[in-house]
Amino acid sequence: MRRFTWFNATSLTLGFAFLYLPMVILIVYSFNASELVTVWAGFSTRWYGELLQNEAFLDAAWVTIQVAVISSTIATVLGTMAAYVLVRAGRFAGRTLFSGMIYAPLVMPEVITGLSLLLLFIGIGLDRGVLTIILAHTTFSMCYVSVVVSSRLVSFDRSLEEAALDLGCTSMEAFRLVTLPIIAPAVISGWLLAFTLSLDDLVIASFTAGPSATTLPIKIWSSIRLGVSPEINALSTLLIAIVAVGVITASLVTKRAALRQEAEERAAERA
Amino acid sequence: MRRLALIAVPYLWLLALFLVPFIIVLKISLSDYALSIPPYSPTLDLSTGWQGIKSFFGALDFENFTFLTTDDLYWKAYLSSVKIAVVATLCTLLVGYPIAYGMANAPDHWRPTLMMLVILPFWTSFLIRVYSWMGILSTEGYLNQLLIGMGLISEPLMILNTNTAVYIGIVYTYLPFMILPIYATLERMDASLLEAAEDLGCSRMQAFWLVTFPLSRNGIIAGCFLVFIPTIGEFVIPALLGGSDTLMIGKVLWEEFFNNRDWPVASAVAVILLLILIIPIILFQRNEQKQREAEG
Amino acid sequence: MSQTVFEPWNDPDAKPLIQFKGVTKRFGDFTAIDDQTFDIYEREFFALLGPSGCGKTTMMRMLAGFEAPTEGTIWLDGQDIAPIPPNKRAVNMMFQSYALFPHLSVWDNIAFGLKRDGLPRDAIGDRVAEMLKLTRLEKFAKRKPHQISGGQRQRVALARSLAKAPKLLLLDEPLGALDAKLRQDTQFELMDIQETTGTTFVIVTHDQEEAMTVASRVAVMDDGRIMQADTPANIYEMPNSVYVADFIGDVTILEGTATRSGNGYDITFAEGQPSLHAESEIALTDGSRAALAIRPEKVSISAERPEDKRNALQGKILDIAYLGNLSTYHVELPSGQIVKAQAANTRRLSRRSFTWEDEVWISWTDTAAVLLEA
Repeated sequence: MRRFTWFNATSLTLGFAFLYLPMVILIVYSFNASELVTVWAGFSTRWYGELLQNEAFLDAAWVTIQVAVISSTIATVLGTMAAYVLVRAGRFAGRTLFSGMIYAPLVMPEVITGLSLLLLFIGIGLDRGVLTIILAHTTFSMCYVSVVVSSRLVSFDRSLEEAALDLGCTSMEAFRLVTLPIIAPAVISGWLLAFTLSLDDLVIASFTAGPSATTLPIKIWSSIRLGVSPEINALSTLLIAIVAVGVITASLVTKRAALRQEAEERAAERA
Repeated sequence: MRRLALIAVPYLWLLALFLVPFIIVLKISLSDYALSIPPYSPTLDLSTGWQGIKSFFGALDFENFTFLTTDDLYWKAYLSSVKIAVVATLCTLLVGYPIAYGMANAPDHWRPTLMMLVILPFWTSFLIRVYSWMGILSTEGYLNQLLIGMGLISEPLMILNTNTAVYIGIVYTYLPFMILPIYATLERMDASLLEAAEDLGCSRMQAFWLVTFPLSRNGIIAGCFLVFIPTIGEFVIPALLGGSDTLMIGKVLWEEFFNNRDWPVASAVAVILLLILIIPIILFQRNEQKQREAEG
Repeated sequence: MSQTVFEPWNDPDAKPLIQFKGVTKRFGDFTAIDDQTFDIYEREFFALLGPSGCGKTTMMRMLAGFEAPTEGTIWLDGQDIAPIPPNKRAVNMMFQSYALFPHLSVWDNIAFGLKRDGLPRDAIGDRVAEMLKLTRLEKFAKRKPHQISGGQRQRVALARSLAKAPKLLLLDEPLGALDAKLRQDTQFELMDIQETTGTTFVIVTHDQEEAMTVASRVAVMDDGRIMQADTPANIYEMPNSVYVADFIGDVTILEGTATRSGNGYDITFAEGQPSLHAESEIALTDGSRAALAIRPEKVSISAERPEDKRNALQGKILDIAYLGNLSTYHVELPSGQIVKAQAANTRRLSRRSFTWEDEVWISWTDTAAVLLEA
């Protein structure tokens, strides 16, 4: 039985205040009527209205969502394949290089990843735009996906696959009917991770985006370099709200599933 | 055949979009700056055959690296990046450890919620989290308003655009990376170890320093690396919160590339940055492996 | 001769080392220990035996100081230990998980408690060496806990908790993590060490065989209460309740009404069955409910009705459990009850006298069964 001690309660309160207070302030001041961001002048949703009128932001948001959906989907497919290769393919020529290439982007500074991809695109004469951002985002987020999925595959009971093969599945069917449904939660969280990484990315997108395509972070960046703006506060609030709702819903869904499984197991135990 | 395809697809993708670009960076770092498109020379011209390849390699040199050593901007930037990363990592540890400790000792039914509260900021835009401090730390910002309002200071503090703001930004954004590995080791720790220590005559404080702290060492090391490695190449935080005198190599690289358009020097900066990072990365890998072996 | 028998609990002059005085422990609504009063004497090897959740671990944790009684007091050597925190008590504990510090060597684990006492360096060295010798661990002093076997880890845990020479050593399921063969050897080792060091041991276990083997007295616990605390032989031969009789060893319980007769009672347990006789000193009013507890090894099985025994019943063999040296026969009476009888397998399997469905007689002497209040 662990209980909150005075020390633990204090450190948790201070710690979470530090983590959340800046965002709370941001949210509160997004409803500020004044144009001067740091001076409170009454409640207003004015900046949300202006944000929705701002074509440039809306365009950038649309590009960002397209890039995020496409790149995270491709990254999930490639990353799951890569995870499968890492965990299951055994030895093959160049395995060390392969796993090196999976893990290196995780620790590679974004400025270097961005720079190197830009130089590649220029070298092969590919015009910078939505396509190049998608290629760049897919490359680094597939590595995150493969790390998430491979950690699940490692703990996966291999005899389940063997049972499927024993019962007459081809290896493809065994993957589709047995392995995939079981590792699905990891694949989904891999996709979500890739999606948020793509939504979030400023540095790599700055290198690989051309004049024809601007993502939301690039747009935000160019306006906050000059200082705090009420419109950005409103935009930040919207983004924080979307993420919070998404993460909380996801955790409630998993928690409910876990509770239900527990209840069912208990009922089966009693019967 | 199917296995080959399974390996080949991700393999070729990574070769084409990770390894090849990196080799290009290496190559350009050995090239010369030129007022042309692309702005460097030589370029590989395969139409002239073997002669072209030979003259291409003949024109590569370490001039840019020599340049980096002569202009003290660069090595100062590297040094200052490492210094900022070390100090910020230690600060993050000091802030993160008590939180991780508090979480690990919280009642069972609280822990999933606390865990989610730590992870939630990680899903929120990095840019926005850094931006949120601009309003707090600026001269007319909320912190100064509060301190002046409380009568603690009369003149606003200059925090934004200084290294202090950079430290705050790094601690704030990388805190979850420090908390999670430490929490994982603390949470896994057998509670009876502490009872045993107490049974053998330790006070609470002694039990912490003799048992809990050494046993969370692996988590501390992992957390420090997870903060230190990305901090060295950090660009957004020094660019937004730092001042003109905040020197960090990620910012230098960015400016070299976008403002000076000197691609060869930017590439050379990138290559050296990677060389600096290789040491902590290898140490980190080794720590992880040791931990896995100890558990397995 | 009577001098060498170690029975301080029968000696009215003996001073107990530990006294529980009306101890109750509640966790919220749950009562873990229910108003318990009992004594443990110096040099005893006292076993707390019971199923999980019976309160035995709580009892031990109160002695160690990790839990405080809700009501009542615990005395150690004539001193109320309530205000003494665990790190100041002359009580050490050997944890079920062993709780060896994984980052310290065997030597440092054993020295851990001694260092806390601020002993001089060579005194610590001597004491650790002594403990290593006692537990035959000299060769492993420099190893880390994960570099030694489970049995060795168990001995390190024992050495560590004995190093401070506590007045009382608590052992929480000390052999639970060992395999069956190793457990038996270790039981005797534990008894040896207890005898050599003269320390009072309190062991918590759910394994009755273990408790019976090592302990001078066994306390059978259920639902936060000690049902009976006595020597292993008395617990087995003279259980004081149906619960204890049933918990320890194999037993057949026959319930019926008692009528005074001779030196004991006649028990009528089913219609159409003869009444059974048991010698007993307990006082029952005629016609009250009572239970007969009969150990299978005290029941004979024969083809013909035995002449010499008053308690004889006829039945049919329902099941045979072959245990190698013994077989246990489950004999069903016409009235439905099942009585267990054990017989030594002195002959080869093919020439065994009884098999399934055989009609047989089972019988036992007047003193074989124990009469208990139902």
